[in-house]
Amino acid sequence: MSARRIFAQPARYAAIAPYVWMVLFFLVPFGFVLKISLSQTAIAQPPYVPLFDFTEGWAAIKAAFAQLTLDNFSLLVSDNLYISSYLRSLVVAVTSTLILLLIGYPIAYGMARLPQRWQAIAMMLVIIPFWTSFLIRIYAWINILQHDGLLNKVLLALHLVSTPVVWLSTDSAMYIGIVYSYLPFMILPLYATLARMDPSLLEAASDLGASPLRAFWLVTFPLSLPGVGAGALLCFIPIVGEFVIPDLLAGSSSMMIGQTLWLEFFTNKDWPVAAAAAVALLVLLVPPLLLYDRLQRRQLGGAN
Amino acid sequence: MTEESPDIGRPNIDVSAAPAEAAADMPLLRIEGVSKNFGAFRAVDRLSLDIRAGEFFALLGPSGCGKTTLLRMLAGFETPDEGRILLSGRDIAPVLPYERPVNMMFQNYALFPHLSVRDNIAFGLKRAGMARAAIDTRVAEMVALVRLDGMEKRKPDQLSGGQRQRVALARSLARRPKVLLLDEPLAALDKKLRESTQLELMELQGRLGMTFIIVTHDQEEAMTMANRIGVMDAGRLEQVATPRDLYEAPASRWVAEFVGDVNLFDGEVTSHEHQRLTVATRDGGAIVVAAPRQPVTKSLVTVAIRPEKVKLSRRGPASDADNSQAINRLEGVVTDVGYLGGSTVYKVKLDSGAMVRSSVANTARLDRDTYSVGQRVVAWFTPDDCVVLEQ
Repeated sequence: MSARRIFAQPARYAAIAPYVWMVLFFLVPFGFVLKISLSQTAIAQPPYVPLFDFTEGWAAIKAAFAQLTLDNFSLLVSDNLYISSYLRSLVVAVTSTLILLLIGYPIAYGMARLPQRWQAIAMMLVIIPFWTSFLIRIYAWINILQHDGLLNKVLLALHLVSTPVVWLSTDSAMYIGIVYSYLPFMILPLYATLARMDPSLLEAASDLGASPLRAFWLVTFPLSLPGVGAGALLCFIPIVGEFVIPDLLAGSSSMMIGQTLWLEFFTNKDWPVAAAAAVALLVLLVPPLLLYDRLQRRQLGGAN
Repeated sequence: MTEESPDIGRPNIDVSAAPAEAAADMPLLRIEGVSKNFGAFRAVDRLSLDIRAGEFFALLGPSGCGKTTLLRMLAGFETPDEGRILLSGRDIAPVLPYERPVNMMFQNYALFPHLSVRDNIAFGLKRAGMARAAIDTRVAEMVALVRLDGMEKRKPDQLSGGQRQRVALARSLARRPKVLLLDEPLAALDKKLRESTQLELMELQGRLGMTFIIVTHDQEEAMTMANRIGVMDAGRLEQVATPRDLYEAPASRWVAEFVGDVNLFDGEVTSHEHQRLTVATRDGGAIVVAAPRQPVTKSLVTVAIRPEKVKLSRRGPASDADNSQAINRLEGVVTDVGYLGGSTVYKVKLDSGAMVRSSVANTARLDRDTYSVGQRVVAWFTPDDCVVLEQ
């Protein structure tokens, strides 16, 4: 009994640590953002009011609370700019995720069927791009996609096109950038599910009269769905808020919410609206996040 | 040697009839000189075997002997490097696994985790293009057969090990295969469940009249269930025989040692007369044995005696009428007594220094006829209880 108590105490503190982390580095900053989103724009430093001044006493704090407003949120709903930004983010994220699935699934499937020692090498190849800065890799794509870049040179040399194609500042360039950047996030969870699958299940399917193609659709694919879900959400969630790739590769005709947010924050200096847009984005992403969490749990439970 | 399966006993009048009838003489499954290599390792080595319709055949051997590889070649998961496999007289080499009229029950059951019990059993029926109503009937039949009523909607992870085993069995039987292959089907079950399932499998096989081929490393399991057993070692069949013949007339020293417990005496044949061989053994002196059916060609032989055939007594057997023939007597001292409940195993150190094991059935609860360590005894056995194996 006493021995158990000795070990239980530090263990209990250790269990608190992640919560402390969450409170300090997520909830508290989120509180700041939420507070700013409820404030009003002001030409000041920082550019919003009210500011809480805890030295002024209870009455001042109460007065500050009274100044908080939901105006910024109603602006998000009423102004087309924000709605179209959210919609574009959604469309870009869904499209990119679908392309990622179509490309990532065969790669992950191929990796999972490689001989054991080759799998580790394939895994390295997927991860190696992370060793270079993300920004540098996007700039490299600008190089490849520009007017006299590598891609156009290859296309011209192969006589696939007669004049250089305009890639930069188009949605195609943006999708190329997004798919390239997020592919490892799609491949890794898919690979994890596919590699863990018992090969005797496919033999059983074959034994029971399923051709290889049917066995794939009836056994492999349904069993890989948790991986598909995890990969899709792991890509979809950050792509919705993506800023750098559309800013550098896409045209400026329409913006994703991340770009709009940047614009409000740095160009318009409208912190409260930017904060409101960020809070709204977070709320929009809660359902897919919860879904991802549930998939992860189910997969962990299924492993037992 | 083996019991004839019932359909072979019909009048033999159509010898000159249509070729289809002639094929009835053909075994259901014929394996002809089949080999399989994995790199430099020869898993199956020019193996030939006939299996008749309705047989319960066991492939018995230590792990790595090639028995599972052989089974997987029958299922179509491996292709033989040489030789042919004929099913009902037809070479099945070009037949893909999903087109073979053979089903397999996997060692780990390989149940589809995302499908219910019902859908697992129906999987093969759907692939066969069976009508919905017929599938429902067949699934219900299978569920009843393996006594899983009420579990149809459960997923495999909601079942116990024994229940999963039943689903796997029902799934592999549902298509009514010509041959059912069972790969260590009971290995994952505990002893009690294994024993009851053995009996159920035998009963099922008898009722359905199907041909079962089971792979096992458990000799008791093979002995209990199979009509015939093929003992494999290093990719080859050492012996194919009924359980009784395998035990009482092993074909080689290896089989004698692999199946059951045995006392072995190496020696040289010194005389051969009146159906009796006399073998001068190094450890047991002259042992008189019954001459085997096939004449012994080599002079160096091994005499094998099962422990339960070795009787013990304080002074040796009384010279009653039955034992008036030559009786082998080996004198020694009891060095170890192992009480196993149903029987007791005595280890006797002979005067030559060799050890002999004797297994005595405990037929009476208050048995006074026991021996204790250090006691001097005579271990004796008749010539008919010995088997002569050429070295």
